[in-house]
Amino acid sequence: MDEVVLELKDLHTHFFTDSGEIPAVDGVSLKLHKGEVVGIVGESGSGKSVTSLSIMHLIPKPPGKLVSGEILFKSEDISSASEKKMRKVRGNEIAMIFQEPMTSLDPLFTIGNQIIEGIRLHEKVSKKEAKARAIKMLELVGIPRADEVVDEFPHQLSGGMRQRVMIAMAMALNPEVLIADEPTTALDVTIQAQILDLMRSLNKEKETSILLITHDLGVVSEMCDRVVVMYSGQVVEEGTVREIIKDPQHPYTKGLIRSLPNLHKKEQSLYSIPGTVMRPKKDFVGCRFASRCEFAFDRCFQESPELYSLDNDRQSRCFLHDEGKGVEEFADTNIRS
Amino acid sequence: MLAYTIRRLLMLIPVLIGMTIITFSIVHLIPGNPAQVILGESATETQVQDLEESMGLNEPYIVQFGIYVSDLLQGDLGTSLKTKASINKEILPKLAATFELTFFAMLFAIIIGVNAGIISAWRHNSWFDFFAMLFALVGVSMPVFWLALMEQWIFAQELGWLPAHGRQDSRSQIDPITHFYVLDSILHMDMKQLFISLKHLVLPSIALGTIPMAIIARMTRSSMLEVMSSDYIRTIRAKGSGQFLVIYKHALKNATIPVLTIIGLQTGVLLGGAILTETIFSWPGIGRYIYDAISYRDYPVIQSGILVVALIFVMINLIVDLLYAFIDPRIKY
Repeated sequence: MDEVVLELKDLHTHFFTDSGEIPAVDGVSLKLHKGEVVGIVGESGSGKSVTSLSIMHLIPKPPGKLVSGEILFKSEDISSASEKKMRKVRGNEIAMIFQEPMTSLDPLFTIGNQIIEGIRLHEKVSKKEAKARAIKMLELVGIPRADEVVDEFPHQLSGGMRQRVMIAMAMALNPEVLIADEPTTALDVTIQAQILDLMRSLNKEKETSILLITHDLGVVSEMCDRVVVMYSGQVVEEGTVREIIKDPQHPYTKGLIRSLPNLHKKEQSLYSIPGTVMRPKKDFVGCRFASRCEFAFDRCFQESPELYSLDNDRQSRCFLHDEGKGVEEFADTNIRS
Repeated sequence: MLAYTIRRLLMLIPVLIGMTIITFSIVHLIPGNPAQVILGESATETQVQDLEESMGLNEPYIVQFGIYVSDLLQGDLGTSLKTKASINKEILPKLAATFELTFFAMLFAIIIGVNAGIISAWRHNSWFDFFAMLFALVGVSMPVFWLALMEQWIFAQELGWLPAHGRQDSRSQIDPITHFYVLDSILHMDMKQLFISLKHLVLPSIALGTIPMAIIARMTRSSMLEVMSSDYIRTIRAKGSGQFLVIYKHALKNATIPVLTIIGLQTGVLLGGAILTETIFSWPGIGRYIYDAISYRDYPVIQSGILVVALIFVMINLIVDLLYAFIDPRIKY
C-alpha cells in the first residue's frame, strides 16, 4: 500500500459564469495509494464531484476550466493531457461510476452493447469475445441470468441492477482507479449495502484503488481506509477513517459527526450545523466555515487558514491547530458562539 | 413489435371512417343545391336535374354515403366533371410528381437540417451555431413564393443554369413507366433524361425544402443539446469514447424521436401538395390538381384529392409511429 496511483496537487477548477468566477475546487491535494479506498466527504456544493470530474477531464467546458494544479496518475501529470490521451485513460485506466444509475445508461442500447463498446474502445477483441467478457463481468457483479440480461435494455432492470451494470462496465477493463461518485445515494438501504460489499470485494480481489465520493459518513466508515473532508471547494480535514470518526479535529467534521443519529444517545432532536455551505468565492479572505462555526474567533474572519499537519499524517484547516494556539488557549478568550 | 403494429393498424379504422364522412360531406355542405352550384347560375333546370341524377343526389344521404364508400372500397374515386375521365387514372401521375418533389425536398431538408443542427449543438454558442440558427430563422420566416420567385429570377432568368418550369424539357418527352421521372430515366437507362429530370427538381426542391430544413435544424439542435447534457452521455465519455461516436451513435439516436416527428409532419404537409410551389414552378402535382379542381368546382376531384392527401398524411404518421417503436425499446404501448 505504498505506491501512489493517483495524486492531486493543489488542483484548481473554476467555473466562469455570468455572475463571476467560481472556484469550485480551490487548491485540493490528495493521494490515493494502490489498493486503497479513499473517501471524499462533504455537503452538496463542497466541490467533491467537480474534483472527480476534473480528474477525468469531464468538466463541462465552458464554463468549467482546470485552472492550475497537477493530476499525477502513476507519476505522470495528466492535468493538461490532450483529449486523445485522456480517451485512452478514461475507462481503461481510470473508470468512473455515477450517482444516478437510472439515467446513466443509454436507454436505446442493450446492456451488452454498452459494455462491449467500452471493451472494444480500448482493446482489439472480436465482438463475440467482448460479449463473452461482458457476460463474465455481469456474473462477477452478481447479476442473475447474465446471459439474458446482456441482451436486455436498461429500462428492464431495477436501479440496483443498473448500478451493478455500471460497475461491471467500469471494471471490465481492470482499471487502476475507480472513481465512484455517490454510487449508492439513489439506491435504497439494502441495495446500498450490497453495492458497497461488491465494491469492497472488487477492491480486495483486483487491488483496484477506489476514490469514493459521498456525503454519507456511514458509507465512509464501512468502505474507506482514509477520508478527505471537503468544504466549499477546499480540503478541511484528512486522516484515517478510524481517527476521523473517533476524534474529529476540524469543527466542521465535528459537526458532521455530531449530526449522525446515534442509537446509544437519547436525544430529542438530531443536531445539525446551522447555516448552509458558503458558495466558493474568488479571493475570499477568512475561514470559509467561520460563519457557521461555534469556535470562530476574530482571526477566522481576517485570515485564511492553511492546512495544518497534525500527528499520524492528519491534516486540518483550522487556526485552532496553529502552533501553540490550541483549543484550550482560545477557550476562554474570543469564542463566539 | 408485431402486436404494436397490428394495434396501430386497427387504430386507423376510425380515422379512415372519419375521413370518408368529411370528404362525403363536402358536397353537401355547399349552401343551396349542389348540382346548381356545380353547374353555375346559367344552367337550365333540366341540366341540374340530369346532374343530380348522375351524381345520385336524389337518394337519401345514407344511401349516397353507402354508394360513396362502396365505390371507394372498390378503389373507384369517381369521374371528373370537367374532363369526364376517371379520377383514378388522372390522379396517379400527379401523385407521382408530388412524391418525387417531396422526396427531393425532404432529402435536401434532412441532410442539411440534421447536420446543421448537430454541428450547432456540438459547437454550441460558436459562430457556426449563431449563423446556422440565424439562417434557420430566416428560413422559417421567408415566404415560399418569394423564395421560389427569387430562385427563378437568379438561377433561371439571370444565370440560366437551371430550368424554371415543369418536370422535363418539352422537346424530349419521357415514356412514363412509374411517373417518377428520375426513376423512369434510370429504368430507361437514359442518362440525358435523368440529368434533365434532376435539373428540373433542383429549384422547386430547394424552395419547398427550406422551411422543413430550418425547422429540422432547430429541432435537431435543441434535442441534441438536451441529450448531450444527459447522464448517459457522460457515462459514454467516461468510458473513453471519442466525440464522433458519442454524437453520431448515442446522442443522435436519442435525439431522433422529436426530429422524426417533425420530419413526418413536414413530409405529410409537403405531400399534401404545395400549391404555391407547384403553381410557380408549373409542377403537375396533386396540389395544383386540387387547386384547378376548386377553380372549376369539380367536386368529385376535390373530394378524391382531399381523401388521398389525408390518406397519405395518415400513412406517414403510421410509418413514423412504427419507427418510434423501432428506435426506442421503451415504446411498447
